[in-house]
Amino acid sequence: MVDYLNHAVFGWYPYLCLTVFLVGSLIRFDREQYTWRSGSSQLLRRRQLMWGSNLFHVGILIIFAGHLVGLLTPIWIFDMLGISHGFKQMLAIVVGGVAGLICLVGIALLTHRRLLDPRIRRNSSFGDNAVLLILFAQLLLGLATIPVSLNHLDGHEMVKFMTWAQGILTLQPGVSAAIADVSPIFKLHIFLGMTIFLIFPFTRLVHIWSAPIWYLGRRGYQIVRSARPAEDSSLSRSSLPGGTARVDAKAVWPKERRT
Amino acid sequence: MKIRAQIAMVLNLDKCIGCHTCSVTCKNVWTSREGMEYAWFNNVETKPGIGYPKDWENQKRWKGGWRRKRNGKIEPRIGSKWRVLANIFANPDLPEIDDYYEPFTFDYGHLQKAPEMNTVPTARPRSLVSGERMEKVEWGPNWEEILGGEFAKRSADVNFEGVQKEIYGQFENTFMMYLPRLCEHCLNPACVAACPSGAIYKREEDGIVLIDQDKCRGWRMCVSGCPYKKIYYNWSSGKSEKCIFCFPRIEAGQPTVCSETCVGRIRYLGVILYDADRIEAAASVADEQDLYQAQLDVFLDPNDPEVIAEARAQGIPGNWIEGAIRSPIWKMAMEWKVAFPLHPEYRTLPMVWYVPPLSPIQSAAAAGSIGVDGEMPDVRSLRIPLKYLANLLTAGKEEPVALALERMLAMRGYMRARTVDGVIDEGIARRVGLRPDQIDEMYQIMAIANYEDRFVIPTAHRELGEDAFDLRGSCGFSFGNGCSGGETEPNLFGSPKAAKNPMEVM
Repeated sequence: MVDYLNHAVFGWYPYLCLTVFLVGSLIRFDREQYTWRSGSSQLLRRRQLMWGSNLFHVGILIIFAGHLVGLLTPIWIFDMLGISHGFKQMLAIVVGGVAGLICLVGIALLTHRRLLDPRIRRNSSFGDNAVLLILFAQLLLGLATIPVSLNHLDGHEMVKFMTWAQGILTLQPGVSAAIADVSPIFKLHIFLGMTIFLIFPFTRLVHIWSAPIWYLGRRGYQIVRSARPAEDSSLSRSSLPGGTARVDAKAVWPKERRT
Repeated sequence: MKIRAQIAMVLNLDKCIGCHTCSVTCKNVWTSREGMEYAWFNNVETKPGIGYPKDWENQKRWKGGWRRKRNGKIEPRIGSKWRVLANIFANPDLPEIDDYYEPFTFDYGHLQKAPEMNTVPTARPRSLVSGERMEKVEWGPNWEEILGGEFAKRSADVNFEGVQKEIYGQFENTFMMYLPRLCEHCLNPACVAACPSGAIYKREEDGIVLIDQDKCRGWRMCVSGCPYKKIYYNWSSGKSEKCIFCFPRIEAGQPTVCSETCVGRIRYLGVILYDADRIEAAASVADEQDLYQAQLDVFLDPNDPEVIAEARAQGIPGNWIEGAIRSPIWKMAMEWKVAFPLHPEYRTLPMVWYVPPLSPIQSAAAAGSIGVDGEMPDVRSLRIPLKYLANLLTAGKEEPVALALERMLAMRGYMRARTVDGVIDEGIARRVGLRPDQIDEMYQIMAIANYEDRFVIPTAHRELGEDAFDLRGSCGFSFGNGCSGGETEPNLFGSPKAAKNPMEVM
């Protein structure tokens, strides 16, 4: 029974979450783009957001990048680079710990603001509150794993998580067994982490997809759209943004960018 | 040369009576929704005053518009692209809603439901943001109406720069004017430049600047980028919204709602042809006081046969070229030089221009010495300081504003001589550099201001850009899901149930 449960949560649930995450995001982007936004409340209350939001975002971005690189980089690359598992474990604890504390201060400020400021509280949806509280809980769980990790600094536990995460993404059957015997606090952390992917498309978290880094690559500053037909007559309608599937005046307006 | 056409607007401040009909009709049509109660696409400010939102003209504080760098290039004053992204988590230059005002309603229900009591029941204010009781309403969209409040506060108005403002705090020297404001639909819009999502764009055919509501992600950099503070963050939908220049009306050849309903008939709409290739150079000139002239140089003379031929070659429709020739905007801005851009020093090349207001002669003694035979009073003795108007309209350069005021006075003198004395006094016209027939036309357009003279709006040519076959049976403006909203109850994606209207689409 325990094996079955372990397999259901760490062998099957990840695919449910990833599928909903990807397909849900795609459907929402395609059909409900008007709802696709960061949901900033800065206009209503500046106080606590300046520090809170900056600390939270900086912290969580470092943590996210750390998880991404730490879990998904194949182990042989670390071995090739001569990075020992123990060193990697220490690096994860120190960087993750510092970023986690930065994020903790930020999310504490944001949660306090969201739940107690009358303007923000009244204009928070269930989703806004839920996302914040789930992230808060996840952060606390993540920080709580640090004392556990201090008990096995050689990094062998970490390798289990790498094996599991990479096994899930490379569709290896039975990979849930790799983390069957880890501390329950890790299991909770992983379970909640996957749940965040599950709820992702239904919350304001979708704004992560839209991080506008390509703004840096925009040539010049100005954007002009034209309703006149494109000069290149060979350009077929379906190759224009939006395609033909929907009746949408914007879809047939090719973009033109200039300084 | 890249010729484009724009529907531009001129407001004749000399005739504005500050009735707010423009603001109210605009509000009723476009922004009477949750999240936009505080937003006025069009508002009328009493100057001098700090305006709405508070202190909006102080770009040292709000960092709107463009900044010229040492190397002669311009970048948004809020910073380079890197800096914009670095501030995306919390924008340090974003006004708070209290800088506009906290929207409120009154407890009207209490008037009907109150039990019997000794005093008459009252309807007390309640915040529309937090829903809580507001003991005292301390600011509103038009708090300084007709010089409301102390001079000490109103005189924080940055247009007093270089003016001995203390004397204007005295009752006998006080002056005021109205300034109706809306989106400037700039040639070099800073909001477009500041939007990291690329959701804001200028329409090539008519120059209207719009926010693609689907592409807006609510990073709210446009609110800071716009020096006129005419982009509003909808705190309910999480998207920014702005004046759309009533584009569905403009496309049909009708004036905007604010123009249509203006009881003073102060608003003019018409086509301006301009050379898009000159925009960057014009916005980058070194001396701020040259920006007004630089923008004039961007405009193209629609009477020039070469311009007409080139415009035709570049696909500008015939009725637009014709509209440009008859454009009241061209006449006021270029021919008579009586209209000016609002704060050209922001380097956005705004396209809503203003005719400065005349005002009474300041000293009674001077007033007595004014002849009725058309002798021109010195515009520097008018009650509204010339420097103040110049700070508002020409980055402080007084000569163009002085000439405009003289021309408006000359028009009065000339027409007075003609209708009262029955004399055609060409000398009055010549003294301000105009021909009598030009004064006649000025009088027709600016004083009589018939509907067809104020609004010369060619209809859009949608047939060039859309296939009507694709549009058959569709729903017109919608959220892109066809006639079904694409939403089920309860809504999976947490969007608020709100009345759908065309504004939210574009």
